[in-house]
Amino acid sequence: MKKSKFLIFIVALAVIFLIGPFIIIIVSSFNETAVMKFPPKGFSLQWYQKVFSVDMFKTTFWISLKIGFFATIIALVIGIPVAYLNVRYKYRGKNIVELIFSSPAIIPGLVIGFALLRYFIYVAQVPITVGLFLGHTAILFPYTVRVVSASLRNFDLSVEEAAVSLGSSPIGAFFRVVFPNIQAGVVAAFILAFITSFNNVPISLFLTGPGVSTLPIQMLVYMEYYYDPTISALSSIIIVLTVLIVQAAEKVLGISKYM
Amino acid sequence: MAYIELKDIDAGYVKGSPILKDFHLEVKRGELISLLGPSGCGKTTTLRTIAGFISPEKGNVIIDKNDVTKYPPNKRNIGLVFQTYALFPHLSVFENVAYGLKRRKVDKKTIEEKVKKVLNLVSLTGFEERLPANLSGGQRQRVALARSLVIEPDLLLLDEPLSNLDAKLRDEMRAELSRLQHKLGITMIYVTHDQIEALSLSSKIIVMNEGNIEQMGTPKEIYEKPATKFVAKFVGFDNILTAKFVECDEKNTAIVSVGENKLKISREQHIDIKSLNEGDEINILFRPEDTRITKDKCENSIQAKLNYANYQGNSSSYALSYNDMEIRAITENIEIQNSKDIYFAISSDKIIIEKK
Repeated sequence: MKKSKFLIFIVALAVIFLIGPFIIIIVSSFNETAVMKFPPKGFSLQWYQKVFSVDMFKTTFWISLKIGFFATIIALVIGIPVAYLNVRYKYRGKNIVELIFSSPAIIPGLVIGFALLRYFIYVAQVPITVGLFLGHTAILFPYTVRVVSASLRNFDLSVEEAAVSLGSSPIGAFFRVVFPNIQAGVVAAFILAFITSFNNVPISLFLTGPGVSTLPIQMLVYMEYYYDPTISALSSIIIVLTVLIVQAAEKVLGISKYM
Repeated sequence: MAYIELKDIDAGYVKGSPILKDFHLEVKRGELISLLGPSGCGKTTTLRTIAGFISPEKGNVIIDKNDVTKYPPNKRNIGLVFQTYALFPHLSVFENVAYGLKRRKVDKKTIEEKVKKVLNLVSLTGFEERLPANLSGGQRQRVALARSLVIEPDLLLLDEPLSNLDAKLRDEMRAELSRLQHKLGITMIYVTHDQIEALSLSSKIIVMNEGNIEQMGTPKEIYEKPATKFVAKFVGFDNILTAKFVECDEKNTAIVSVGENKLKISREQHIDIKSLNEGDEINILFRPEDTRITKDKCENSIQAKLNYANYQGNSSSYALSYNDMEIRAITENIEIQNSKDIYFAISSDKIIIEKK
């Protein structure tokens, strides 16, 4: 069939709409002047140097990385059994469990952030880092549960039963047979959840406090004071890193079918 | 003495509405029994109950005098072969087959010997390092078979193991299963909806319908003397005509009338034809393969209208209608000029009588 020119036009518009802002950010990060301008004037790497010289960026980058990593791990350790339960069994209240675990993706982030603030800081009075970590864990469940569920659904239940009939306990069968075959899904869930945590603003906005901040929050704070291309440079680094990680995972594991 | 016994089993997927009710089944050691029936008849439920994946609400599962009702599936030493093969996709053929032995903590050397032996048995020597994805359907099913045979199970359960294969491979695998069963003398329960598979493989067939056993018997008994209308239809008595009983002579030959036509029925029936009275409404059932087409009136023939003929090489399939009842005949090819003057005929020993 001949490709419709109209369709190509629509797709091209959408691509420009999606990619355009990123191109502007990346190009403006090489600007020579301290004012964000497009098209840029001259070429310079000074803003990249500046990114690495600002201590707050370094500190908050590590905090974001650690929070993202550990929150994702916990969301997976709890999310995998939940996904397994929901895919393999019928039970009363299953719909409610599914709804609860997907609610953080439906309820506006600001509302969750506010609720968690009240709960963690005022009621439970946990330290800021712990609150931030727990808050991030909570909002990652929808991603880990959903992505792992998708890969479990693609996996034939009788393979697991075969393992059990050959003498494996149900748990042994899970680790020996099920887990190796849903690995790609688990990696996809990890990446998706990690990026979600790393990028999160609304939850962190409420749960960060004196001395503890995440990179996106630090970027917001920085922008309130300085309007120079440092943020563009930092954003470009984040974009490139994200694209590289997702591409590598796609090449090795073909994770896109689970996302 | 029964080797496998299901005693008064109630079992199903939803508590309170079992598919099997008061189900009873006995299998002798070394027998190959087929559970034959349409989907939803309870044959897979029976299999899963024996395997331990379904806990019966009531009743007992006994294997070799041991009550295993409360045993989990991994403690029953039962081999399972699935319709979807259910091989471990991430493991090589060798590792797939070795899986059960490793769980039994068999030492490495013995594992290698046993795997080698069983792969030889299913003619897969040389395929040890392949992954299941790089095998054909028939090869996968043979790996699945080897994997469940290598643990020397007390019982082998096969759930429609051939239905994902194409016709030619199915024939080959059927022959292979038969050979293995004879060679190893292993007790097998075979679930299928395919009557040819059941007839050619089993020493005994159990025809199931809606959780009940309709008939149990040798393949010959099931095929030639179906005990109920359900079994008759299932083993190919597809043609049904309404008729009236006329009389029964001293040689037990029944005369029935289909409209104006009189038919003789000399076949031994599972109902007592002596109990029928003249004028009783009955159904008569016969196979398309036993229905001949003629251009002339002859004994046990009925005039009918030919709707269409479907050429199939060495035979043809004819669709006829008689009084709005559809009749199918699969028989030798005949030249038909005038589709009005057609008769179909059935030998008197090929007709089953069914009370209405």
